[in-house]
Amino acid sequence: MNHAAALPVWAQLAVAFLLVAGAGLALIGSLGLLRLRTFYQRVHAPTLGTTMGIMLVLASSMIFFTVLESRLVMHEVLIGFFMVVTTPITLMLLTRAALYRDRSEQSEEVPPAAPSYTPASEGSGAQGTASGPAAPSGPSG
Amino acid sequence: MRRPFSYPLILAGLFGTWLILNESAAPGTIILGAAAAVLAGSALAALPPPRTKLRRIGVALSLMRDVFVEIVRSNNAVAQIILAPGAGERSSGFVRIPLDTRNPAALTALACIVTATPGTIWVEYDSAESTMLLHVLDLVDEEEWVRIIKDRYETRLMEIFS
Amino acid sequence: MTAAILDWAVFAAQILLTAAMACAAFRILRGPRAQDRVLGMDTLYVNATMLILTFGIRTGSQFYFEAALIIAMLGFVSTAASAKFLMRGEVIE
Repeated sequence: MNHAAALPVWAQLAVAFLLVAGAGLALIGSLGLLRLRTFYQRVHAPTLGTTMGIMLVLASSMIFFTVLESRLVMHEVLIGFFMVVTTPITLMLLTRAALYRDRSEQSEEVPPAAPSYTPASEGSGAQGTASGPAAPSGPSG
Repeated sequence: MRRPFSYPLILAGLFGTWLILNESAAPGTIILGAAAAVLAGSALAALPPPRTKLRRIGVALSLMRDVFVEIVRSNNAVAQIILAPGAGERSSGFVRIPLDTRNPAALTALACIVTATPGTIWVEYDSAESTMLLHVLDLVDEEEWVRIIKDRYETRLMEIFS
Repeated sequence: MTAAILDWAVFAAQILLTAAMACAAFRILRGPRAQDRVLGMDTLYVNATMLILTFGIRTGSQFYFEAALIIAMLGFVSTAASAKFLMRGEVIE
């Protein structure tokens, strides 16, 4: 790592701090996967890594390359934008899948569907899966 | 068929992405990027997504700032919950929240904001009753969450996507 | 002397991220249910993205950026497809 010595001290300190803070947040988030008890609690944990964690690492990378190459390097913004847009989608899809599977097993953990719930009001979501491979007897464990 | 320029914001976003990815503003890059953006724009116009009108840019900016502050704050809160002893015994639970807006764009934005904030996740939306189901990691007072969602986000989102 | 700060920071970040990936991998292996495994896989992808960016800082090479971008995209697509599969039993309807 000879190139690291070419950086001014302030840049090194900033890069080092942001990098370790981001990686630490990612570790705390992943630790949450182990420490929290139910799936619905665990689904909150990775958001630490996908919001602040990756932002700090990206900021660190941006500062590093901008100072190292003496020009504005900002394509890391794309990864940040991409993460911001996609994380809610994956987590919502996953939670809805889990909720659907738990409800079809009449689990006590999840609230029942809204009183007005009928299969038609939710689209085809509640139908047609009973025979699919994701039915409760499928990949459940 | 609609013209490729019926979604100017998306076109500009694609073009900007192209320039950032190539890290140059040379004439060749600009021409190629513009061509790619126009091509993608006409493909998009062939399958017209619902159009939404953005109003009140100032409100949108202040909302984005508040969301950012809230994300930083709840990162800290969730990290403390995970690291505290007995993390599994937290009282987390579902809250059903009545919503006033039925605008799809406002609902989408609300879902993304709530889910992107650590500690809360949007679970489902019931269109017949206009309620949403929220899962909260550290649930103490249900009424408070109803108030937070409505006051902090929903009123402003209704202003933005009116 | 000052170069050592960054060296150690990169080293520490790599250790932290590897530990995070180990946690996610444990959740994938342990389950107990399929949604837990998918959640672990999603976390694994995000951590891998950060690890690749850290490699980029370590080597001072910009080429790792593209790898990180592609891992992030593939992670999104595969998690979305898996979640869809869990819910509907098929990916494309």
